[in-house]
Amino acid sequence: MNIYLILQMAAEAMGDREAVKLNNDSITYSELNYMSKSVASLVKNNEKIGFLSENNLLMPAALFGAAIAGVEFVPLNYRLSEEQLNMQLKRISPAILFTDQDIKCKGIKTIGITTLALDNKAELDNYSDDEAVAVELFTSGTTGEPKSAVLKHKNLMAYILGTVEFMSAGAEESVLLSVPPYHIAGIAAVLSSSYSGRKIVQLPNFSAEAWMRLVIKEKITNAFLVPTMLKRIVEKFDDNLSLPSLKNVAYGGGKMPRSVIERAMKLLPHVNFTNAYGLTETSATICMLGPEDHRSAFNSSDALIKRRLSSAGRPIPSIELIIKNDEGNICLPEELGNVWVRGEQVSGEYKGIGSKLDSEGWFPTKDRGFLDSDGYLFIDGRADDVIVRGGENISPGEIEDVVRTHPNVEDVAAVAVKDIEWGEAVGLVIVASSPIEDGEIIKLVRTKLRSSRVPSIIKYMDELPYNETGKLLRRVIRDNFAD
Amino acid sequence: MTQIFKPGVKLSSKVCKTQIMVLRIPAIELEIFCGGLPMEVGDPDVLGEIQGENNGTLVGKRYTDETETMEFLCTRGGEGSISVSGHKIDIKAAKKLPSSD
Repeated sequence: MNIYLILQMAAEAMGDREAVKLNNDSITYSELNYMSKSVASLVKNNEKIGFLSENNLLMPAALFGAAIAGVEFVPLNYRLSEEQLNMQLKRISPAILFTDQDIKCKGIKTIGITTLALDNKAELDNYSDDEAVAVELFTSGTTGEPKSAVLKHKNLMAYILGTVEFMSAGAEESVLLSVPPYHIAGIAAVLSSSYSGRKIVQLPNFSAEAWMRLVIKEKITNAFLVPTMLKRIVEKFDDNLSLPSLKNVAYGGGKMPRSVIERAMKLLPHVNFTNAYGLTETSATICMLGPEDHRSAFNSSDALIKRRLSSAGRPIPSIELIIKNDEGNICLPEELGNVWVRGEQVSGEYKGIGSKLDSEGWFPTKDRGFLDSDGYLFIDGRADDVIVRGGENISPGEIEDVVRTHPNVEDVAAVAVKDIEWGEAVGLVIVASSPIEDGEIIKLVRTKLRSSRVPSIIKYMDELPYNETGKLLRRVIRDNFAD
Repeated sequence: MTQIFKPGVKLSSKVCKTQIMVLRIPAIELEIFCGGLPMEVGDPDVLGEIQGENNGTLVGKRYTDETETMEFLCTRGGEGSISVSGHKIDIKAAKKLPSSD
């Protein structure tokens, strides 16, 4: 199985449909197929295809073109420092790199985004059909040196065949894509939109205003957002705005504050919201909290149902999920432990490191969480972020949720700080809307939780460090405390 | 002629444009037909005559037997119907999931 099958079927069954649009330019599935073959024809010696740019019409063609040529597609983060970028380029060499940046690196042949001739005729009817690697993605590296996760054709195809029905989108449907090409959601969007026949409208530089303008102008029906984006949209939302064309909004890629999703549901009551939980290593979504779950939680007076607005939902039919404690035993409902998943879409493999799957095919996500009695998953945070104070495991999320209830707290992060007595202790960074006394926070934590959760040090910042896709960079905060 | 099929293999009809990909199949000797003639790897140069009653295939649909031991994805539709020696093959009902990306 090869992901090119997706485009091949789309080009054959709905070749005249618009596939991708950027500003006033668009291409159909037939044209995308042609462009992809042109990209594939550039590959002479099994070079990988790198992509170092914001989203543009060439991106889907580079992804499918690499698949046709039987080489890996490697999208790179265009916001990296020169040093970080050079390190990643060395790791992917030899490669053909689509970019408008001036790159000098041994084994990297650059091709400008604007100069790819569309009349570069290539007839490649026999594409690689094995179980090769389709995509190599550098993980966000919030906890250390970026690893590169490899996703095989069979992983990505299992995800698409397990979650999307071919040509199920109406010809009028379109999805607004504002996540970058190097994010798994940006890759998954190209595959699932092509398979469902839903036009992708690209928004390379996200701003809440540009996003809302484009929804109206292009009569957008679907969108995917990371939590930070939805937060900015609800903050900028004008009460006179209604966005009537918008029907489905999926979100994921980080923890969604409950206040943001509640506000979004109030502002856009006609929109179906879906929380999609997944990791790069699992070929995107493995759990979903669907529109009905959102509405019943939103309207419920039962606290256990209401809190499902903060849930990652339940595993999709093709995924198995279990929670195990540190001793390896299955956790009971409500018991916090490590999240393990299994399924054909799960890769769990890193370049140079190998597979992280256990002998039975289970992948440790390194996320900590618990299931409620109906099987809804609640993600607590990354296992690496747990604060170990005198042998006791403390979740940052638990403390953050409590501190966030203080009216003057806009944002907060709890991290491990070195402590002579306890090994580690709780360090707190707060973004405050107006001044707060440390004593108020300490009292709040002590009353709602217990004394071991009380921060030993509190700092105030103007804003917390997030990466561009909305992930909190706890490592940066920890380093800040260490200084 | 029966043979053991592997998942991932693409088979073409000898009577119409139908092409399927095997997603799941038991590792036993089987014969897969479309429009009455056995399906093979690669498109035929000349199409044969369609046999029996046929409802056709639809691109993108999944086809499965009664106990779901085998599953095929139609990658190109045509007039012939899929059948497997000793098994009744039908369209598999789609499970509707909300779009997540």
